[in-house]
Amino acid sequence: MQKFEKFSGLVAPLDRANVDTDAIIPKQFLKSIKRSGFGPYAFDEWRYLDHGEPGMDCSTRPLNKDFVLNQARYQGAQVLLARENFGCGSSREHAPWALDDYGFRVVIAPSFADIFFNNCFKNGMLPIKLAADKVDELFKAVEAKNGFALAVDLVQQTLTTPDGVVYKFEVDEFRKHCLLNGLDDIGLTLQHKADISSFETKHRASQPWLFA
Amino acid sequence: MNTQTLYDKLWNSHLVRTEADGTSLIYIDRHLVHEVTSPQAFEGMRMAHRKPWRVGSILAVPDHNVPTKNLAAGITDPISRLQVETLDANCAELGITEFKMGDIRQGVVHVMGPEQGATLPGMTVVCGDSHTSTHGAFGALAHGIGTSEVEHVMATQCLVAKKSKTMLVKVDGKLGHGVTSKDIALEVIGMIGTAGGTGYAIEFGGDTIRGLSMEGRMTLCNMAIEAGARAGMVAADEVTFEYIKGRPFAPQASQWDAAVTYWRTLHSDAGAKFDTTITLDAAKIKPQVTWGTSPEMVLPVDGIVPDPAKMADPVKRSDTERALQYMGLKANTPITEIKIDKVFIGSCTNGRIEDMRAAAAVAKGGKVAASVMLAMVVPGSGLVKAQAEKEGLDKIFIAAGFEWRDPGCSMCLAMNDDRLSSGERCASTSNRNFEGRQGQGGRTHLVSPAMAAAAALAGHFVDVSKQ
Ligand code: SF4
Repeated sequence: MQKFEKFSGLVAPLDRANVDTDAIIPKQFLKSIKRSGFGPYAFDEWRYLDHGEPGMDCSTRPLNKDFVLNQARYQGAQVLLARENFGCGSSREHAPWALDDYGFRVVIAPSFADIFFNNCFKNGMLPIKLAADKVDELFKAVEAKNGFALAVDLVQQTLTTPDGVVYKFEVDEFRKHCLLNGLDDIGLTLQHKADISSFETKHRASQPWLFA
Repeated sequence: MNTQTLYDKLWNSHLVRTEADGTSLIYIDRHLVHEVTSPQAFEGMRMAHRKPWRVGSILAVPDHNVPTKNLAAGITDPISRLQVETLDANCAELGITEFKMGDIRQGVVHVMGPEQGATLPGMTVVCGDSHTSTHGAFGALAHGIGTSEVEHVMATQCLVAKKSKTMLVKVDGKLGHGVTSKDIALEVIGMIGTAGGTGYAIEFGGDTIRGLSMEGRMTLCNMAIEAGARAGMVAADEVTFEYIKGRPFAPQASQWDAAVTYWRTLHSDAGAKFDTTITLDAAKIKPQVTWGTSPEMVLPVDGIVPDPAKMADPVKRSDTERALQYMGLKANTPITEIKIDKVFIGSCTNGRIEDMRAAAAVAKGGKVAASVMLAMVVPGSGLVKAQAEKEGLDKIFIAAGFEWRDPGCSMCLAMNDDRLSSGERCASTSNRNFEGRQGQGGRTHLVSPAMAAAAALAGHFVDVSKQ
């Protein structure tokens, strides 16, 4: 996994609550057996005026000019600002894959759905929970200033605006460690192979029917 | 002695190790796999030269892409077909048990697992699918995981997790005529919202829940994820044991008594503390219908579509406006005046035999309204289909003008050919009414099987509790 380093990224505001994973990546794209290439289809139904299907060349598709990510000022955004309960719905990891492939490395929202939140970390992305009033402030600030970028510093756990306003955020210590070092979960867990095996032996003895 | 919730018991009995910050390794007993969220996990394993830790814990089935008619012709969409073939190949290579297309045991993964006895009380169950919460109905700790976690569980038999908070949803009293566990689920989601259960494991308790069949409990736990909770659960009891007994993956006769003795301990202790408790009076719950694009946008069937002009909260107002616009609905319309174009009865929420029976009981002797273009019944598995046919339910549906299909996820998410066209309105027994869920531009109203069947006959929503 790629290490998460300090960066400064353009912010795109998606002013809707309960953005679900079907919206982030519609189901027809779930038919892929690959992990990459979902970026052009992120938010497909909102982003394009026609119906998207896997394999389509998106560069020639009619864009929905009203959709925020299609606005010139948000091209190249790396930080997505969103509302409550972002990423609700299915467990599809295609959702963070699509956001990642699009270029987003950070999603900021007052709250996230659990599975989506988890899936972000597994893909080197950082979901940040900020209080609703802080998120509101950011929406206003982004709106007010063309090219509004946030400096994201995971080590310090801060977001810094162009005007120097600093927002502190919380992050789980273990997840932070994994992101900063680009650690692979499976490798980490397998360091505890002996623990798993001895648990399994006991478990098998007490509930043999689970191992039939 | 410390009192424990059911969740505590399940968590503690699977804890392999815990780090200082609470991050834990949880041992997984059962890993269910389907074609959509697994190919990248198998690929990852192969690239890292890893083998599954315990092949016997894995059970695979294709469901999302499976066609529900003309099965013999196979899958026509080459991309869908490749996904199913990839699952077949991965399972064959690793020796994983798979119920392939055409096998009578094939079906929606959350119908198939319990039906095979592959979900047992006291287990930890995972699947790369959010509706894995369904299996909690057996007194198991079950939740959906992402593809990276699918790979992680295959490789290590463990999940990295932190303990959730606990919520008790306690339902007491007698459910009214025509009111089902689907209505309880939607009522709860309407109360606490789609994020109300985020961070929680929900236990459903109370005498109403004790009185539910396993099918009813599964419907309820299935919808826990729509309330934001990764896991839903119901304590195991005689109803549970009776359901499991004799199923292919159930404990052998020689181990049965020991298993049941253990399973009897799988309930929250008297006085156990929950972080949050919600109580409902079953007698007050009416049949529910969603009107918007999130399961929390739900009303009793005798309600009227909300009016954004009356909402103070600006975020809520704009969400409501957007939902009404997408749904093509006017504020203040009575729910019973909403006309539908299609009906879908099926899915992992309501595709079990009891659901088929409830819908057939309403459909019996009736006729699908002329204004309804398509009313389809999709059993959750080949075995559900066979049982329904044994009971003659297929004949009732067909005589009433419903289509009787082969098992699969079908129009629950419209990955196969079953889908809504833009602007079409559907009464659906599935679990998500998100924009585009049943087809781009499609409009979904979530209801119980009886409500869906009644809507099919009337051409609009009707209150089955009054029939
Ligand atoms: S029936 Fe619907 S919700 Fe259930 S597993 Fe299939 S697609 Fe998912």
